[in-house]
Amino acid sequence: MSHLLEARSISKRFGGVRALHEVSLTIRQGEIYGLIGPNGAGKTTFFNVLTGLCPASSGTFSFAGASLNINAPHTVAQAGIARTFQNIRLFANMTALENVMVGRHLRTHAGVIGAVLRSAATRAEENAIQQRAVELLHYVGIADRANDLARNLSYGDQRRLEIARALATDPKLLALDEPAAGMNATETAALRVLIEGLRSDGLTVMLIEHDVKLVMGLCDRVAVLDYGEKIAEDVPENVQRDSKVIEAYLGA
Amino acid sequence: MQTNKYRAGLTVLILSLLILPFALSAAGTAWVRITNLAILFVFLSLGLNIVVGFAGLLDLGYVAFYAVGAYVYALLASPHFGLHLPFWIILPIGAGLAALFGVLLGTPTLKLRGDYLAIVTLGFGEIVRIFMNNLSQPINITNGPRGITLIDPVRLGSISFGQNDQFFGLVMSGPMKYYYLLLLLLLLVIMVNLRLQNSRIGRAWEAIREDEMAARAIGINTTRIKLLAFAMGASFGGVAGGMFSAIQGFISPESFVLTESVMILSMVVLGGMGNIWGVVAGAVLLSFVPELLRYTVVPLQMNLFNRIVIDPEVIRLLLFGLALVLMMRFRPAGLWPLHARQREFDRQAATQ
Repeated sequence: MSHLLEARSISKRFGGVRALHEVSLTIRQGEIYGLIGPNGAGKTTFFNVLTGLCPASSGTFSFAGASLNINAPHTVAQAGIARTFQNIRLFANMTALENVMVGRHLRTHAGVIGAVLRSAATRAEENAIQQRAVELLHYVGIADRANDLARNLSYGDQRRLEIARALATDPKLLALDEPAAGMNATETAALRVLIEGLRSDGLTVMLIEHDVKLVMGLCDRVAVLDYGEKIAEDVPENVQRDSKVIEAYLGA
Repeated sequence: MQTNKYRAGLTVLILSLLILPFALSAAGTAWVRITNLAILFVFLSLGLNIVVGFAGLLDLGYVAFYAVGAYVYALLASPHFGLHLPFWIILPIGAGLAALFGVLLGTPTLKLRGDYLAIVTLGFGEIVRIFMNNLSQPINITNGPRGITLIDPVRLGSISFGQNDQFFGLVMSGPMKYYYLLLLLLLLVIMVNLRLQNSRIGRAWEAIREDEMAARAIGINTTRIKLLAFAMGASFGGVAGGMFSAIQGFISPESFVLTESVMILSMVVLGGMGNIWGVVAGAVLLSFVPELLRYTVVPLQMNLFNRIVIDPEVIRLLLFGLALVLMMRFRPAGLWPLHARQREFDRQAATQ
């Protein structure tokens, strides 16, 4: 399998704190890649650096065969990396449908003049946006809530909506930051089906997760971060037996 | 059924708007002028609504764009420079220049939100006004605090909006002609607003208002979209300013003080930030009620006490404050808030 994302020696310091230290990892096309580690290990920082929300102190990324320009979040999204947030960040006072429609912003072009004149091209594009958004709501299974405000959705549905919005940007890599956090067992099981479906549809998924059972069952490969350093990277069975990993988690 | 009722209502509204100036001029031409100013305030509120209501960027210096538009018109159509360009050339120039000023204000404030943004925009409004006050030396551009006089009225062909005319036996005063011109412009402005709101750009504005970080993460170039909001909002202010110049025939920096910005913001907030019809209602209400008071408070007191006990200006401010307090208590989202409206996206599309 070919490499989709390659991170080379990524470091990030916040003042004296070494949040990430020389982290290198590669994600292969079409796999589900888990990023785990104890609290404060630097998982979310890695996501934030990757998606351009905070710049790396050093290190480079290459994505889909080209070097990744991470100056601004929108260029990362443009390149094909979409993310969700650990604490759900939806557009709370917009409907579910509108949330997903905003996600199409990146792949559409209508400007002020098109909007004001409502030209044939703009109308066609609007229809396409809405149609795609409805499809995506169906895909994640919340089409019946399309016209509800995002803040009125249940917690599990909000997670799904955030995934639908990320999918609307036509990503090659979907980065999910603790998608199962706060979910009950039923919701987690449904989420697992959804993520497996994403993989079988050819999407590459990167996953931060605390739910060990979910990670081990779902991921093709897992990397473990501890104090900002990568201490293991392998298939789940081997990672589970790794002595460094056991030490990091149990402090033994 | 529903659409029939809607259509009937719309027809009544349009007809009453069309005959309004005739009814008003029976009560005095002053009322037509007041209506014209109210329409200008609707323009301004709708412009500010793009920045504050759609994109969620608090702007306390909005009157600066009004001033830019007004001065552009005044300088290009008055004896001050001896230029007398027609209004349909000046209005786009005014709108364009105001938009440029919008970008000028937006660029340094991209990273600011809330209170901090409010302070900077407030400063910007003051800077523009003070410039207008002082740009009489060394070269006399704005004529300083004395303002610019004898500004040309709007002319369309042989019809001048500055004087009375007779059409088909009906006498049309200047303000009445302006009323119809403003009504036409208003229709245009509302249409532009409605279409922008329901567009890719409008959704991006809303997204930035709701959660800027999430908006960036899904690929919205927030820099560009925010500047676009500032520029679009400012251009409406520029158009309103140009019309203000033409109608008044005289402008001075005194017309563009901070309280005007605050008043426009109050209209937006009172009506319901982000909801176009709410903002229109807010602007109309806050334009007319003070005038109604002006014409009722004095005669009422004269009748009751034979003298003026409380100055009408005091009552106006008192009621204004009271209205804001009551509103914040009972309708904090405005009289007609954004999401009370029916969603334009039909449910069938989603459940098909």
